[in-house]
Amino acid sequence: MSERLLDVKELRTEFKREKSWVTAVNDVSFFIDKGEVLGLVGESGCGKSVTSLSIMRLLLDTSGRTSHGEVLFEGKDLLKISEKEMRGIRGYNISMIFQNPMSSLNPCMRVEKQIIEAILLHNKISKQEARQRAFNVLKQVGIPDPETTLRSFPHQLSGGMSQRVMIAMAMSCEPELLIADEPTTALDVTIQAQILELMLEIRDKRNTGILLITHDLGVVAEMCTRVIVMYAGRIVEEAPVKELFASPVHPYTQGLIASVPKLGSNVTSLPSIPGSVPDLSVMPKGCKFAPRCKYAQEICHEKEPELTYVDGSDVQRCRCHIFHEKKQEVRA
Amino acid sequence: MAEVKAKALTEEFRADEVLPKPKSRVKEFVKKFVKNKAAVVSLIFILFLVLVAFIGPYIVPYDAAAPDYTSLLQGPTKAHLWGTDEYGRDVFSRLLVGTRLSLGVALSSVLVGTALGVILGLFAGYYGGILESIVMRGCDVLFAFPDILLAIAVVAIIGPGVINVMIAITVFTVPSFARIMRSATITAKQALHVEVARSLGCKNSRILWVHIFPGTIQSMIVNFTMRIGTAILAEASLSFLGYGANVTEPDWGAMLSQSRNYLNTAPHLVLFPGVLIFLTVLAFNLLGDGLRDTLDPKIK
Repeated sequence: MSERLLDVKELRTEFKREKSWVTAVNDVSFFIDKGEVLGLVGESGCGKSVTSLSIMRLLLDTSGRTSHGEVLFEGKDLLKISEKEMRGIRGYNISMIFQNPMSSLNPCMRVEKQIIEAILLHNKISKQEARQRAFNVLKQVGIPDPETTLRSFPHQLSGGMSQRVMIAMAMSCEPELLIADEPTTALDVTIQAQILELMLEIRDKRNTGILLITHDLGVVAEMCTRVIVMYAGRIVEEAPVKELFASPVHPYTQGLIASVPKLGSNVTSLPSIPGSVPDLSVMPKGCKFAPRCKYAQEICHEKEPELTYVDGSDVQRCRCHIFHEKKQEVRA
Repeated sequence: MAEVKAKALTEEFRADEVLPKPKSRVKEFVKKFVKNKAAVVSLIFILFLVLVAFIGPYIVPYDAAAPDYTSLLQGPTKAHLWGTDEYGRDVFSRLLVGTRLSLGVALSSVLVGTALGVILGLFAGYYGGILESIVMRGCDVLFAFPDILLAIAVVAIIGPGVINVMIAITVFTVPSFARIMRSATITAKQALHVEVARSLGCKNSRILWVHIFPGTIQSMIVNFTMRIGTAILAEASLSFLGYGANVTEPDWGAMLSQSRNYLNTAPHLVLFPGVLIFLTVLAFNLLGDGLRDTLDPKIK
């Protein structure tokens, strides 16, 4: 039986724009179990990163606020604890890996100092011990010559190496939850596979829960157990990875999957979803996807649908008024 | 969080081969620095000036304050290597003795001004809000005056004297540092590595001093060395106006200013203090460049 690690309930995050607050993420609820890899998919600006930053409470600088909801981590609401307590959790219980490894490391500090810092922030051990541990962690993440890497400055490392160092830093305190915000977007494909492999390896060894934020469906298919699809700050579909690829219900998910190029297929142009994500301040009234949806009917423009279970399934949920008909269509 | 802290380490994280101790960082720095010849020469020159500042008054060939009415306004001779001034005082001796005042005032006031400016700029840039508005508007007010005029105004308010000159120079040094520091901080705090640091559990003060400040030092060093030049000149101007040190006390800037009237008849009076100030400022600038290159890990 899996244990619940993170439980996000009805999260709403807003940003201040001039005088008013604009909602970037609304009514987002999901959970992650121990040892589970949850994929969070969506196109740019749909609120993936904002969700992760809300969980970490790192929005302070961006004039954003989490105005509603709960983020239960091992039963504790992270939105209610003190900043000091939160600092104790960041990097120790929940770690983050960012999109661009080359600029994730402080250019003025040697790799060594940065990993040691991450370790010493949460552990009362001597510097020498911390250094030894940094060395071991680097070996763990598959860096061939950890001693030299420790002494290097970030600019001397390649992208793949930097991301390994970042993972080493994130894993140095063995967190229970790892949030990976597009960890492989900036890397080339072979390195990408290695990094993903590494993350799965870590998950297997330590039963770490992973929240994988990405827009790459290939990565999702390879890594995740469950997937959440986000659109315009809302979850539009949630399903185990198999179901999602086999029978996507929401028109947006269908569009996403259709727009992935397939090897061997002889098409001259890829199908794409027309239009773009609506601006946060001028959201459509009904379903947020309705203006781009080819199935859209009157009700779609009038009323926003709820996230409900798809007929005959207790794992797949979808936010669409008319998904029954479409599901049949897809299967036919 | 005590109960969580006791989290047991996974096996592979503990046992492993032992890591040797790191190499000395100072050695690496020195090795890199000595490659920059101009900076090394500048450093030696500055160290020499500092030495002179300490022992100058004890090694002078003539009493720097004693007039000699038999040899007024003489050019360089065997007896007076760099000539004499309008009271027959030995220029070389006066320059030696004046090193302490000129260098001391410039260095210490720029140091204090830098420290204040850096702290104000760092906090203003990082925390923003009302603090930023107050600091930056304050700087704008000070920027509205030319440096020298501002110094004169300060001295006019608090009165003449060496300490007050230092305060005056400090006052006009602060805003330029605060402004540079603020913009450097604003750029730095948006950097991804700062967010990473926060995601690892760093607190504000740590982010400020460990992750933002070191990245801004480069721009500070160059400004610092250039400001020393400005400070030496400002101190000279104040001395010339009678707001600075006691007129009888030798001072490079004051010597330069006072010899203005003899430019045609005794150019050496302007030449030697001028060259000395020029060399000093140049040395500080070259040293600053050298330090910046050495401290920047991206330049190999």
